[in-house]
Amino acid sequence: MNHLFPILTAVAYLSSFGLYVRFLGTGNKLTGRLGTLLLGLGLIAHYFALLERSPGLHTVPYHDLYGSMSLFGWLLAVTYLGLELYHRQRSVGAFVLPSVLVFFVAAHLAPADRLPPPAIHGRVFAFHVTLSILAYAAFGLSFVLSLIFLGEERLLRSHKLGEVVWRLPPLELLDQMSRSSVLVGLISIAIGTALGFVSVDRLPGQNSFYDPKYVVTLAVLLLYALYFRLARTTAWRGARASKLCVFNFVIVVLSFTVVNLYLSHSHRYF
Amino acid sequence: MEIVLVGLNHRTAPVEVRERVSFTAEQTRRAAEELRARGILEETLVLSTCNRSEVYGVPPESSHESAPGLSIFLSEFHAVRPDVLGVSLYHHYDHEAVRHLFRVAAGLDSMLLGEAEILGQVREAYRFAHEQGATGPVLNRLFQGALEVGKRVRAETELGTRPMSVAAAGVKLAERIFGKLSERKALVLGAGTNSEQVVTHLRDRGIAQLHVMNRSRDRAEELAKQYSGKVVGWGEWETALQSPDVVVSSVSAEEPVLRREIVERAMVARGNRALFLMDLGVPRNIDPNVAELYNVYVYNTDDLSEIVQQNRNARESEIPKAQGIIDEHVTKFLSWQASVELVGLVDALRAKMREERASFIRSRMEPMKHLTETDRAQVEKLMDEMLEKLLLEPAQRLRGERELRRKIQNVEALRDLFLSNREKP
Repeated sequence: MNHLFPILTAVAYLSSFGLYVRFLGTGNKLTGRLGTLLLGLGLIAHYFALLERSPGLHTVPYHDLYGSMSLFGWLLAVTYLGLELYHRQRSVGAFVLPSVLVFFVAAHLAPADRLPPPAIHGRVFAFHVTLSILAYAAFGLSFVLSLIFLGEERLLRSHKLGEVVWRLPPLELLDQMSRSSVLVGLISIAIGTALGFVSVDRLPGQNSFYDPKYVVTLAVLLLYALYFRLARTTAWRGARASKLCVFNFVIVVLSFTVVNLYLSHSHRYF
Repeated sequence: MEIVLVGLNHRTAPVEVRERVSFTAEQTRRAAEELRARGILEETLVLSTCNRSEVYGVPPESSHESAPGLSIFLSEFHAVRPDVLGVSLYHHYDHEAVRHLFRVAAGLDSMLLGEAEILGQVREAYRFAHEQGATGPVLNRLFQGALEVGKRVRAETELGTRPMSVAAAGVKLAERIFGKLSERKALVLGAGTNSEQVVTHLRDRGIAQLHVMNRSRDRAEELAKQYSGKVVGWGEWETALQSPDVVVSSVSAEEPVLRREIVERAMVARGNRALFLMDLGVPRNIDPNVAELYNVYVYNTDDLSEIVQQNRNARESEIPKAQGIIDEHVTKFLSWQASVELVGLVDALRAKMREERASFIRSRMEPMKHLTETDRAQVEKLMDEMLEKLLLEPAQRLRGERELRRKIQNVEALRDLFLSNREKP
């Protein structure tokens, strides 16, 4: 197996992380731009690494846990880059890149497992899985943003500003970024889930429309919709909404791991 | 090619002396003209700010010799007695003058360490002198170097990034919560100096709306008019606290003016939108319990002073880094200066050798009667070629090798060695 793209990806992500950390420390604009550039290059290399993995498995890369993790990392980076460009804010990069790196490295260190391919195939199914993982990545990003919000808010309230507070994005911006990210996740999960039902419907024979995964996905959708609504209300605006966002992501992680692996009969790693 | 600097600043002179020795634009132009006309300086640049008045120049003779003349000139120009001015003036020569200017441009010599305004003032002083034709190759190079130092220190160190006054720190903190203040509203309680300082910073940050509340309505109207704000009647908390994101309070009161129940009611009315309260009053104007309310951030004078102190420490810790940049640029400038001087020395040496060659050949060939005119011309040509060959390589190396120029520390000694006083360039 060719290791060129995985190595290039790791180097680009690692360098981007280093530059984002330096940007956080110094505020040097050029360093921040280079960090973004390297993240973009890392995304391209990561895409080719994912493509490379697909033919070896004779299926899409999310068939196995490691491919699924790698795709999650890629979509997390894509979502972050989109938010960074949209909100013109680079200070969060130093906090997001470690997650991207961990998912990428963990996925690519281990070889693909040899499970039989899933029963459903086709583009609709591929979109269903990709959009579901994109939603998880967007929720993951909102989780990181909410944690930064809570940390910064606590420092500001306790008057212990330290070095880093002056470099972090303003609280209102973090709140906006988190809501943007959740919106991306909500749209993705809604479309992704609908496409999932379409895929099941197309399967020949009698198919069960009940799966514990459906219940959890519906719960996730409702919880994030609730967050999106509450984040602008009197009682929840600010730290409370961020805490809800953190809680929601715990449910997402459970859905991504425990529900997929042990409870669902038609879902594996997506 | 030497450099002299004579000046005074906030460390050496009290404000009553500084204000007498400051230069207007017209005075700057006139001073440069007179200094050149009197033969005190060949190149001149005056840097005059509220904290310093400095004259940088390139004298025709030695820099040490020109300094007293420059001091006397300043004394006469501003009609200040020499004994009064003398104790406040400092003199720097050559590399010390270069280092001093670079420190000034970097903000290391400012009253407020790392302040940004001085770089703009240096740039403006240079632009003005350059336009007036008062600068020449040396000061052009020197001030371009200073501007580069200033830019690098600001880009590569944290010397100018942190707020250094209570008012600025408060406004910066508001930005940590709300981001850009251009769509935000502020309410100012009290119309004294403290409030005005904060209002100035808020205005600089483009605050969208400003309301002023003061016991004396006249003073409130005065401040509101000055900063295009609106006046709110004293004690109308219901309306006053409904819209602002930032509240600055600096009033004289024995008891807190903003009590917890007032802010609590206001937060309900404003849908818990974040509220930043800056309490600059002593005794405090805002009930400390207000800080417990959800989405309310309260900072008093002590909190802000502590931030300023932390920032001051952080800025001071950046001094060695800034000093490193200055050292690098001082070396670069001195190396350039030495290259210009050394090349001038080689040119003078070449001229001297040509002159010597003519008289040397004349005296030595006189007895050689057997030589024809063609032979003599041939010998002269050979000697010319030899002299050119001897001097060409050192001249080229001096132009091209910075390290070599750095090694030749004392150009004056070389001049003394090879040239008489009359021949020195």
